[in-house]
Amino acid sequence: MILDKLPSVVELEEGIKVIPGASTIIATVDKLINWGRASSIWPVTFGLACCAIEMMTTGSSHYDLDRLGIIFRGSPRQADCMIVAGTVTKKMAPVVRKIYDQMPEPRYVMAMGSCACTGNVYRSYSVVQGCDSFLPVDVYIPGCPPRPEALLGGFVKLQEKMMKESWRWSPIR
Amino acid sequence: MEQIKERHERELVLNLGPQHPSTHGVLRLKIEVEGETVIKCTPYVGYLHRGTEKLAEGMTYLQALPLTDRLDYVSSMTNNIGYCLAVEKLFGIEAPIRAKYIRTMIAEMTRISSHLLWLGTHALDLGAMTVFLYAFREREWILDLFETLCGARLTVSYPRIGGVRNDVSQEFIDSLYEFTNIFPSKVGEYETLIDKNRIWLMRTKGVGVISAEEAINWSLSGATLRGCGVNYDIRKKHPYDAYDLVEFDVPIGLNGDVYDRYLCRMEELRQSNRIIRQCIEKLPKGAILAPDAPKFTLPPKDKVLDNMETLIHHFTLITKGPMTAPKGEVYCCTEVPKGELGFYMVSDGTGKPYRMRIRSPSFVHVSALPALCEGGMIADVIANIGTIDVVLGECDR
Repeated sequence: MILDKLPSVVELEEGIKVIPGASTIIATVDKLINWGRASSIWPVTFGLACCAIEMMTTGSSHYDLDRLGIIFRGSPRQADCMIVAGTVTKKMAPVVRKIYDQMPEPRYVMAMGSCACTGNVYRSYSVVQGCDSFLPVDVYIPGCPPRPEALLGGFVKLQEKMMKESWRWSPIR
Repeated sequence: MEQIKERHERELVLNLGPQHPSTHGVLRLKIEVEGETVIKCTPYVGYLHRGTEKLAEGMTYLQALPLTDRLDYVSSMTNNIGYCLAVEKLFGIEAPIRAKYIRTMIAEMTRISSHLLWLGTHALDLGAMTVFLYAFREREWILDLFETLCGARLTVSYPRIGGVRNDVSQEFIDSLYEFTNIFPSKVGEYETLIDKNRIWLMRTKGVGVISAEEAINWSLSGATLRGCGVNYDIRKKHPYDAYDLVEFDVPIGLNGDVYDRYLCRMEELRQSNRIIRQCIEKLPKGAILAPDAPKFTLPPKDKVLDNMETLIHHFTLITKGPMTAPKGEVYCCTEVPKGELGFYMVSDGTGKPYRMRIRSPSFVHVSALPALCEGGMIADVIANIGTIDVVLGECDR
């Protein structure tokens, strides 16, 4: 009775429609894939300096990254996000780049902390002045170190960015 | 020749790190294995070399303080205190008694937070995940307390040359006192998780054994040394701040293996708790910055906003730093959670240090890693990295 009165297709959100009674959702592949991708970001477990401690804190009991579907992976082959957490030195930079190259597409990079963003106070002979000089950074999180809330905010920004993507899933780009 | 060839065929070189999740940062180990047995282990450091010592040469004594936070970023308070004590020794000034008690209190809080992080990660590396989540629960309390105290969670820069930055609030003291009431039972909780766990015992007992003599020869310090049965604690032998005014015991291990060092650190958690309690109870009233050394210490903040001379003085100290410093060289060591942290300052009379050398416990401990690992199993390498409690920021500086 109720179904008769409803329109044949209900639009839940822009581009996402549901057919009542048929348990079917109609959406674009972009939307669906982006939704899946944004709700299961798997960063590679890899800390460089002070920010890694705050990253661990964010992952532990108090802040709990798991509830956002963010699970740290030990291998870059299984990860799709890299958090550059800490000072990147000139000795470490090739290693960081290698880890990035090992990650499968699509991959995202978050520069966590002032050191990874700009080099911070370490204007010295051995420190890379910002990891964006050798990596395509998606989200910058300033702070020394950023609070766990700031890292969570960074993840939300990354999710927003992911949701706006189109055709990134396709081989034809 | 035939023998050598055969030997080479059986060997395998394994590269651990610098990105391995269990190396506590960016430590890289080259391990040569024969089957499962480690025959050679070579640590490679320098992946986090930021040039702290060189940078400090271009900064005034006040400006270099934040750099010391980021050495051992797990226990930044104790690094700050170590640095401040070294500079105070050079300048010939002494912190007032209230500041000394506050410093002792926060140093012990830092020891608890550092040991909790060590416990969590060490247990996580050896396969006990729950301990990590439990330990971080109490660690978060301490970090929140730091935040109430000075606004920062991790890199605090709270101590100042000649005292501390601001006074402790009643809110802080109340919350800390509540923490000290609850904490011993929490330590018991961690111990029920792993103390008698069969897997934990098998992974830690008789692993990474180092004799007392060897430990001294390797120049180990802190709980890593005391686990081997050497009674050496700088807080007892060369007391600084208020450590000679409080009572505490120094736990000593017997066998010098991973398990004994674990027991030592667990007991240190309780002792730190005891020290904090005594500090709260004994906390005297008074100034928090040395008042008799206006050339070196910052004036009180409320007077800066009132008085013009004080404002000028504050401004000059912040922008230019102390224009002169006594000539000479000092070495000042403190007991940080990892071991002995020493600052060796050489002053040529100008407002900036001519040389600042940092004797970091992690660097010394990493050099002892081959002695611990060689002859053991590959899996025990991870246990050994955990037990020496290294932080690479301090090791590479």
